[in-house]
Amino acid sequence: MRMQSSAILSELVNRWLTKVATLIAVYVTFRGHNAPGGGFAGGLILGAAFVLQFLAGDEPSIRRRPIRNPQKLLGAGLLVAFGTTLAPLVAGRSPLESYIWKLETPVIGEVKLVSSTLFDLGVFVVVVAVVLMILRALGTEGAGVSARREGAESGDQGGVAS
Amino acid sequence: MLFVAIFAQFAVGGLTLVGLRRRPALAAALGVVVLASSAMLVAARGIGGAETSSYSVRWLPILGFNLNVQLDGFAVVMALLVSVLGAAVLIYSLAYFEHDGTYARFVGLFMAFAGSMFGLVLAEDLFTMFVFWELTSVWSFLLIGLNDKSTSARQAAVRALLTTGAGGLCLLAGVGILQVQYGTTSFSELLAVGPSGDLAHAAAILLLLGAFTKSAQFPFHFWLPGAMAAPTPVSAYLHSATMVKAGIVLLARTSPIFADVGVWRWWVVVAGVVTMVLGGWRALREVDAKLVLAYSTVSQLGLLTVLFGIGNRYATYAGVAHIVAHAIFKVGLFLGVGVIDHEIGTRDVSKIGAARRAMPTTTVAMVLSLLSMAGIIPLLGFATKEKALVALLDLERDAVGVVALGGVVIGSVLSVAYSVRLLRAVLRGDDTVGSAEAATLSSGHAEHPSSIVVRVALSGPVVVAAVVSLAAGLTAATVGGWLVAPSTSLDVDAVSKLALWPGINDALITSAIVIVVGVVIGWRASLSQPSASAATGERVFDALYDATMRLAKRITAVTQSGSLPIYVGVTLLVAASAPIAGVVIDAAWFEGGVSWGTPPEALVSIVAIVLAVGVALAQPRFAGALFLGGVGYAIAVLFAMRGAPDLAITQLLVETLTIVVFLLALRSMTQKVGTRVGWTPRVLRVGVSVGVGVAVPLFLLAARASRTGPSPAQEYFARSFDEAGGRNVVNVILVDFRGFDTMGEIVVLAVAALGVVNLVRRAVR
Repeated sequence: MRMQSSAILSELVNRWLTKVATLIAVYVTFRGHNAPGGGFAGGLILGAAFVLQFLAGDEPSIRRRPIRNPQKLLGAGLLVAFGTTLAPLVAGRSPLESYIWKLETPVIGEVKLVSSTLFDLGVFVVVVAVVLMILRALGTEGAGVSARREGAESGDQGGVAS
Repeated sequence: MLFVAIFAQFAVGGLTLVGLRRRPALAAALGVVVLASSAMLVAARGIGGAETSSYSVRWLPILGFNLNVQLDGFAVVMALLVSVLGAAVLIYSLAYFEHDGTYARFVGLFMAFAGSMFGLVLAEDLFTMFVFWELTSVWSFLLIGLNDKSTSARQAAVRALLTTGAGGLCLLAGVGILQVQYGTTSFSELLAVGPSGDLAHAAAILLLLGAFTKSAQFPFHFWLPGAMAAPTPVSAYLHSATMVKAGIVLLARTSPIFADVGVWRWWVVVAGVVTMVLGGWRALREVDAKLVLAYSTVSQLGLLTVLFGIGNRYATYAGVAHIVAHAIFKVGLFLGVGVIDHEIGTRDVSKIGAARRAMPTTTVAMVLSLLSMAGIIPLLGFATKEKALVALLDLERDAVGVVALGGVVIGSVLSVAYSVRLLRAVLRGDDTVGSAEAATLSSGHAEHPSSIVVRVALSGPVVVAAVVSLAAGLTAATVGGWLVAPSTSLDVDAVSKLALWPGINDALITSAIVIVVGVVIGWRASLSQPSASAATGERVFDALYDATMRLAKRITAVTQSGSLPIYVGVTLLVAASAPIAGVVIDAAWFEGGVSWGTPPEALVSIVAIVLAVGVALAQPRFAGALFLGGVGYAIAVLFAMRGAPDLAITQLLVETLTIVVFLLALRSMTQKVGTRVGWTPRVLRVGVSVGVGVAVPLFLLAARASRTGPSPAQEYFARSFDEAGGRNVVNVILVDFRGFDTMGEIVVLAVAALGVVNLVRRAVR
């Protein structure tokens, strides 16, 4: 049972909502270190945008390019998180120890980058991938199950013993 | 340098499996070069030299575990055997596999095995030895099962792995006891300590179990003949010349330490003698030449076990000498049988005689190796067998000595007999039938006769092995001199010398009697005697294996009903009863008092409660899901009111997505809830629900009341900005202070998502 495609809804979601949601998701992820937010919340926001796309009858996509292989995204996210966990070991520090860069930029002034932000980015990617995978499995592929189930139930009504 | 050699062998193995799959011949050539260089590296240290050099790599310094290797006399001999025989077998394999698709895998695993075995024989302590020991078990498993389409090969591989694996666990337990008790697993330090007492006794028994499973000693001998399912080069190298010697190496290294501890000497001698006689008896009856050799290996390993287990100064020397002699003649024999199998397509002892016209050189070489195995002058096997008898005759005539001497004499008669039987098979065979059958059998090969290069590569190692057996036998005194240092590195008192002609003495007379009796038995033994039914050891193993599997299935059937209500019910019951038990035992929960919150909070809580009741009463499932989402939102509001914005945001988002997932999943389920549920399950469900509802709040109250130390929150607040550069403590905890937890959680998340995907896929199919 695929959701009925609604042109207006689809247009609205794709033209505005996805873009705004993506921006917010990235913003929430990066502000997380100093204010409420973080990779988990950011990932869920982008995931919610994909859910909206799905409900509007489209395949989850970024800039009209559907994401066909969320598994790869999942692996990439785990690798980023794992890499940042182990990276300090190379420098002889304990795992996940933060490193703080301070950059002087011309207009904004001092910008502080913390290595754990990268870890949070890994969390972000993993969460997005998980949402996409479940959406594909239960949404697109799950339609097959429900179709078969309905067939079986109508068979039951026809008096076929099971 | 030694570590470089070990590493290089592993590296070639890895490279072959990953990069050189298409060009296995090139990989094999590279392997030969690496093995030859390793051999030269070892030989450069001096074959007869007495000096010892050791190297160490720090591994887990906190636990006191390092990889320690040393190059003493014994290690030199064993390392040379491993690398030289490895190179020879690898050259042979180039021709043996020809166009076989599994060759790349063979070369890769073979080199990895060579590296492991090289490390094993160099190990300076039990821990290092254990690490390489386990690796050799794994490679052996993979190599026996190289032909993964054959059921019997897979079964044999599993039997070998489970048997040697169980032994490996025993070894680990023994190593653990010694490490804890004496603070070291180094052979030399343990020898200096001189372990004694019950714990040392237990450790000694465990080490023996490890050695006996690995070296196929009774009653664990059954896996070795089964391992012959592997291709001939594997059998020749792993299951005859090197890996099965690992147990012997362990015995050789530990006998000086434990020989006088408890049952050690008795057990070693009895197991060795039984194995030697049993193996010899079976070798006399098998009709497959490769199985004859397999059982003869079992038998010879029994002899080596006796020699090293006794820990007598002559016996140790004889053991070292016989390891060398056995490795050389047995590799020659295995490879020779492989050549015959390759050329005329049979290993039946009544038919292999047909090969001698086509392959005179190989046949002569095999005859020499057989004579060495039988212990006939002037081959190396004679000199070493002689030393073994000298050592045993020198023993005190107490019970152990008599058993050892008698058993080895009987075993030797049998080994002469099976050698002579094979000799007759190779020389006479049943020529009339044989040649006709061989012609039909080899017709497949005849269409593409093996090229001269293939023939040289195949028979070259066989001939070289035979020539070495002969040359070393003729120059026994010189070779014997080289073996003194290796023996004294095991046991400082070890003395003896090999000799071509020892002069008339007790040992020689015994030898003569043994040979005469053996020849008579062997010559009269039938070549076509039907083999006895499957070996008893194998049957017992299979029965145990099947029983374990049946038990596992029954336990699974009882515990895994496959009913979701039962799973959820049991989980919830446990979750509810544990806190209740805790609260009952320690009734401190009310001490903290109960805070009812502000009026707005109370209002939101009431909304949440009403929605929760709605979840329970809602009839269509999706309505229940919506109510559940409502409860979640109400709780998010409570979080926000209590000053936890991070929690509130996450809760809100999770609830939203959860509702969608619920609705998607519900499409595949019936719409109404529990219409066909009887009264009893309904009462049960209500009971469980109420129990959980009461238990969880009680537990939370109790947890709050039972705080003993200060909250870690203050510390996190203090460290957050300075150390982790963040003002949001919640986030800093997630990505920094407790980042490991987060790492684990996202892995769980990923695994769960993969689970969902696969479950749905199965359901669709």
